[in-house]
Amino acid sequence: MGFGGVLPMIRHIMVVERGWQTAAEFSDMIALCQFLPGANVANLAVIFGARSAGLAGSGAALAGLMVAPFAIVLVLAWLYEKFGAISTVRHMVGGLSAGAAGLILATAVKIAMPLRGSVRGLLVAGAGFVALGLLRTPFLPSLLILVPASIALAALPVRPGPPLSRRGGA
Amino acid sequence: MILLALALLFGELSLLAIGGASSALPAMERAIVVDHHWMSAAEFVRLFGLAQAAPGPNMLAVTLFGWRIAGLAGAMVATLAFLLPACCLAYAAGSLWSRFGDRRWRQVLQAGLLPVTAGLMLAAGFLLVRDAATDWRSASLAIGVAAGTLATKRHPLWFLGAAAAAGLLGFS
Repeated sequence: MGFGGVLPMIRHIMVVERGWQTAAEFSDMIALCQFLPGANVANLAVIFGARSAGLAGSGAALAGLMVAPFAIVLVLAWLYEKFGAISTVRHMVGGLSAGAAGLILATAVKIAMPLRGSVRGLLVAGAGFVALGLLRTPFLPSLLILVPASIALAALPVRPGPPLSRRGGA
Repeated sequence: MILLALALLFGELSLLAIGGASSALPAMERAIVVDHHWMSAAEFVRLFGLAQAAPGPNMLAVTLFGWRIAGLAGAMVATLAFLLPACCLAYAAGSLWSRFGDRRWRQVLQAGLLPVTAGLMLAAGFLLVRDAATDWRSASLAIGVAAGTLATKRHPLWFLGAAAAAGLLGFS
């Protein structure tokens, strides 16, 4: 049911409705999932499942999260293949994809916003954007340079700036 | 063997998608469109749009890429390959994370990875808008949705629906 991102809904169910987690526990889990690689919600399902019922809990939570959406998106794809030649459908999907691209751009800006006060943060984000977006450098080598450089910069002592926090989900 | 190629590609991207599935979109676009010519840039962004319109996690675009490249088996392989490595890491990290509560390196790691995620996401947004913007109408649609999302608190699905409706009326 989670249209356009499932995180806020998951939070509501787990914290407010069922009381499985306190708000602080949930925020801590989100903080972890937002810098781990991979899909945020899938990681969240795995970690929460593990805390509740070990490996089996992780598997169950992940399957519960993925199975229905997997089937639904394939039905959509099948419909698109069947009717995609019709020009109204093509136009609609064209508009949809432009909108989806715009949404990702907005998410990117939201994630970058907390870096405003940080020269180092902006430098790294800018370098990443230019390398991957404009120069199209290969992914793994780029990250092997960017990630250690960024962590080293973050480890340098500075006068305390505004705390880095992150909004939105990816 | 195309399924093996898919498994290797998405398995690698799974662990490199720092901060979320969308961080790997620039690398996916490069591999799928530029390196392997599995589909055009236009098709790539159309499948991405379709996946965003479906309920569920936004990594479902990976499922559709796999499906378009190698059918149902491709969809399954791409999805599992993209999920499992990162999920194994999350499983291991989950217990360590709470154990190392307030250590400084935990904060340094977090502060160091955020700008990388931001850069990757900006690249993803730029590339997707570039691929989706076939003319001034779709370009303004994408920019309009981005601006609208940032300026208001409306649900993203509202903007997706509006964009699809605009497309339906020929504005794309």
